[in-house]
Amino acid sequence: MPDQKPPVIENAVLQVRDLDFFYGDFRGLKNVSLDVAHKKVTAFIGPSGCGKSTLLRTFNRMYDLYPGQRAEGQILFHGKNLLDKSQDVNLVRAKIGMVFQKPTPFPMTIYENIAFGVRLYERMSKSEMDDRVEWALNKAALWGEVKDKLNQSGLSLSGGQQQRLCIARAVAVRPEIVLLDEPTSALDPISTAKIEELINELKSDYTIAIVTHNMQQAARISDYTAFMYLGELVEFNETGTIFMRPGKKQTEDYITGRFG
Amino acid sequence: MLSLYTRRLWINRIGITLSMLAMSVGLVALLWILWTLFSKGFAALSWDLFTQDTPAPGTEGGGLRNAIVGSGLILLFSMLIATPVGILAGIYLAEYGRISKFASFTRFMTDIMLSAPSIVIGLFVYALFVATTGGFSGWAGSLALALIAIPVVVRTTENMLKLVPTSLREAAFAVGAPRWQVSLKITLRAVKSGVVTGVLLAMARITGETAPLLFTALNNQFFSTNMSEPMGNLPVVIYQFALSPYDNWVNLAWAGALLIALLVLTVNIGVRVAFRNKDKR
Repeated sequence: MPDQKPPVIENAVLQVRDLDFFYGDFRGLKNVSLDVAHKKVTAFIGPSGCGKSTLLRTFNRMYDLYPGQRAEGQILFHGKNLLDKSQDVNLVRAKIGMVFQKPTPFPMTIYENIAFGVRLYERMSKSEMDDRVEWALNKAALWGEVKDKLNQSGLSLSGGQQQRLCIARAVAVRPEIVLLDEPTSALDPISTAKIEELINELKSDYTIAIVTHNMQQAARISDYTAFMYLGELVEFNETGTIFMRPGKKQTEDYITGRFG
Repeated sequence: MLSLYTRRLWINRIGITLSMLAMSVGLVALLWILWTLFSKGFAALSWDLFTQDTPAPGTEGGGLRNAIVGSGLILLFSMLIATPVGILAGIYLAEYGRISKFASFTRFMTDIMLSAPSIVIGLFVYALFVATTGGFSGWAGSLALALIAIPVVVRTTENMLKLVPTSLREAAFAVGAPRWQVSLKITLRAVKSGVVTGVLLAMARITGETAPLLFTALNNQFFSTNMSEPMGNLPVVIYQFALSPYDNWVNLAWAGALLIALLVLTVNIGVRVAFRNKDKR
């Protein structure tokens, strides 16, 4: 087993330090520390219940919605601890967008789906908004398919299109980081391929953190990979290293399919 | 093995027969009422109902114009009070106060209000409003009916909002929306048809309420659109005319009852048909 050193990440956007997470009395994350690199794709893999989604949901304070869930430790974002009570969670979420496992279009038109988030933080004219909607849909590689039906309900699209609409919605707010929580697990292989292609393009402008069940997906699209198990970060390194020369026995067992 | 299966088959048949019997008891009663109402009501139906006011004792003919308009106004204003109050309270219960003590107290009180006898609500408004402001009025009637409709709207709104999947709510928060925007623009919109149904069913519920109006709007045998005065209304007219010795009054009571039944039926069937397909999506 090669002794792997943790990666040197100089321009980290998020610095996670000694993070613990509690669901009531249950400790879902144990002492997690890692850096999320600027404009790179960081993938989180591990078996169900390992805490990878929990970790992702601390980045935008999604757990705040649920009494009884709390995080301790530090997540530094522009030098400030995201977990501080004084942080305005809505502003955090505008800067750190999220796309979920199941496509979740809002019950409104395609156009309004995009404009809703933008209007929350920016005042702009109708034509500026039109441009922003087109820009965001283009970013999500959806413009060509929906440009003639912007006034139809977002729910009228196919599953894969809905998921790209959700990505466009997240991107439209112009966040710095986009969190993807198993974004392709409810999609067919062709839609999955489209989303993966999209992630590859998005990383030139955004920092991306993705949770995935699918190890091949992590290997294909990510620059860094974190392997988690039972709430602990087992190994974190460049994706090539994790998959070719893992430093820990548990990581090797998982990526070779011996458990998980 | 076969005997076990046969046994189950017979238990199934007995079960179905018993439940069909139970259903027909209820259905026969309902159809009987409807048949009586329709046969007597349609016989009494005429254009005079809508053009003439309720007749004085001993005079011939007459209609229900004052009562129909009065009922319409009282209903309109009671729903204008009950709809916003009920929907906002429902939003509070479902989106803000899921686990707070105040919310569970509110929920408990709403349930009590739902089952409170309507005459108690009428007396409550009488004591609080009519007795203190010195007179029966359309406003008092609207207030009493609104108090009956509010808990219905609260409960349907809350139950509908609870059906919204967590993922949609989280997605709305994830773009940085504050809670009030998430509630009003995303989750409430997702269950719009259910909430509208609740409001209309609440309206149907109060359309035929008589007891609360007896102590509040009272009645008025003359045409009036002044909500500050006693106001004619169908339920109280039906109540008074049905027990009267005059044939034309009794006929008018039947016609009024038919009008109310038709309105309630139309609303009930209408919302079910209109929202049947939308909710499947």
